[in-house]
Amino acid sequence: MAKSKKSSPGRRRFLKGAAAGAAAFVANPQGGQAQHGQEHDHDHDHQAVPSDLTLRVKALESLLVEKGLVDRAALDAIVDTYEHRVGPHIGARIVARAWVDAEYKRRLLTDADAAITELGMGGQEGQSMRVIENTPKMHNVVVCTLCSCYPWSVLGLPPVWYKSTAYRARAVIDPRAVLREFGLEVTDDVQVRVWDSTAELRYLVLPERPPGTEHLSENELAALVTRDSMIGTRKVNSPGSSSGPRGKS
Amino acid sequence: MNGVHDVGGMQDMGPIHIETNEPVFHARWEGRVYALNRALGAWRKWNLDNSRWTQEMLPPAEYFTMSYYERWYHRMLKQLVESKLLTRAEIETGKPAKGSSKLTPALRAEEVTATFTKARFEGRSRAGAPPRFTAGQRVRARNIHPPGHTRLPRYARGHVGTIEADQGVFALPDTNAAFQGENPQHVYSVRFEARELWGEQARPQDVVYIDMWDSYLDPA
Repeated sequence: MAKSKKSSPGRRRFLKGAAAGAAAFVANPQGGQAQHGQEHDHDHDHQAVPSDLTLRVKALESLLVEKGLVDRAALDAIVDTYEHRVGPHIGARIVARAWVDAEYKRRLLTDADAAITELGMGGQEGQSMRVIENTPKMHNVVVCTLCSCYPWSVLGLPPVWYKSTAYRARAVIDPRAVLREFGLEVTDDVQVRVWDSTAELRYLVLPERPPGTEHLSENELAALVTRDSMIGTRKVNSPGSSSGPRGKS
Repeated sequence: MNGVHDVGGMQDMGPIHIETNEPVFHARWEGRVYALNRALGAWRKWNLDNSRWTQEMLPPAEYFTMSYYERWYHRMLKQLVESKLLTRAEIETGKPAKGSSKLTPALRAEEVTATFTKARFEGRSRAGAPPRFTAGQRVRARNIHPPGHTRLPRYARGHVGTIEADQGVFALPDTNAAFQGENPQHVYSVRFEARELWGEQARPQDVVYIDMWDSYLDPA
């Protein structure tokens, strides 16, 4: 991320103004239109935040706990769930099973909900699943242009790039250029299929099994499957090969 | 609403920043905002569509400059006040209003695993309006510009596609977001040729699939 932006005085002022405008949004939701924002910052730093947000969130949490609206231990459990328990390793197990079991793969592609439940998996933001298969002639990639819909139950919470305006805006109009930024060149003999998750269907890409993996066990295969390969922005690499210009994600 | 959130097809948005070994949350407050949202949802004072709509109404300039969980934070404050779970004065002072009684949280720690990580496939086969379309049928996305919430993206409106599959019955976000009823109806995967959406600059072989509610479509 563009760390240098954080020290720019103009940037700081801009963010301060943004926070004030947002406060007006809560106080006066119909009339809180910003009077600023004429700047066009090409290199948005989506992690730069007003420095007091840490304190404001802490104060809000204390208030909600004091009112009995939330249980602090439940908050800890939710954070722990998504930091340590739910993540791409779940999707990877589904993919590996489909690679080794043709009959399971058929069920997964025709009735993903049932096939995923079969493995004891599932959960919120994954209630209605659809699995789409990559082939040598067809490459699938998933986006949510309107917000950030993502199959939490099998991939965990999405990376920042998936939620960024750049990805959401560009993936539908120029998917091949987007994929190139992930180090994936899709040749002209391959069809690109973009899936815009506008409804409550959640999509998981079934990537191609890479060559040279015939001898691997299901667990070893699962270890090869990356998050991005299940969103469709990369392929799964053969074991031991370089994982692309930007590393394994 | 032709809002700031409806970004599909916008250009000049810069490169995609790909972070290696990205943490789930980049700061403690992000995880707390996420968890607060999920825990407060258990009060059922709002629904997912209302949450999305509330976020779409953030002032446009702020929407673009805010980080993702900062948007969630401001959305949550607005929903807390509008649902009367908190007053503005309580948020400003950080103290419960005098005389307010302590409630019992709607979600307890021991319920988290069952609530969030157990298979809960539901909803697709509920009762709803009968389907007006079937797989293979040509359809045109309606050219509508509702002032409220909708999940029909601007870039698809007026364009012709083909019903690829009927995905079952889901609540209509347009009314559900405003607490005007679920109006359950069929959702279809609709396949659009990339050139139908973007013209000659798109590759002739590429396609975009968009999930669309029955009432977003007309026969073509």
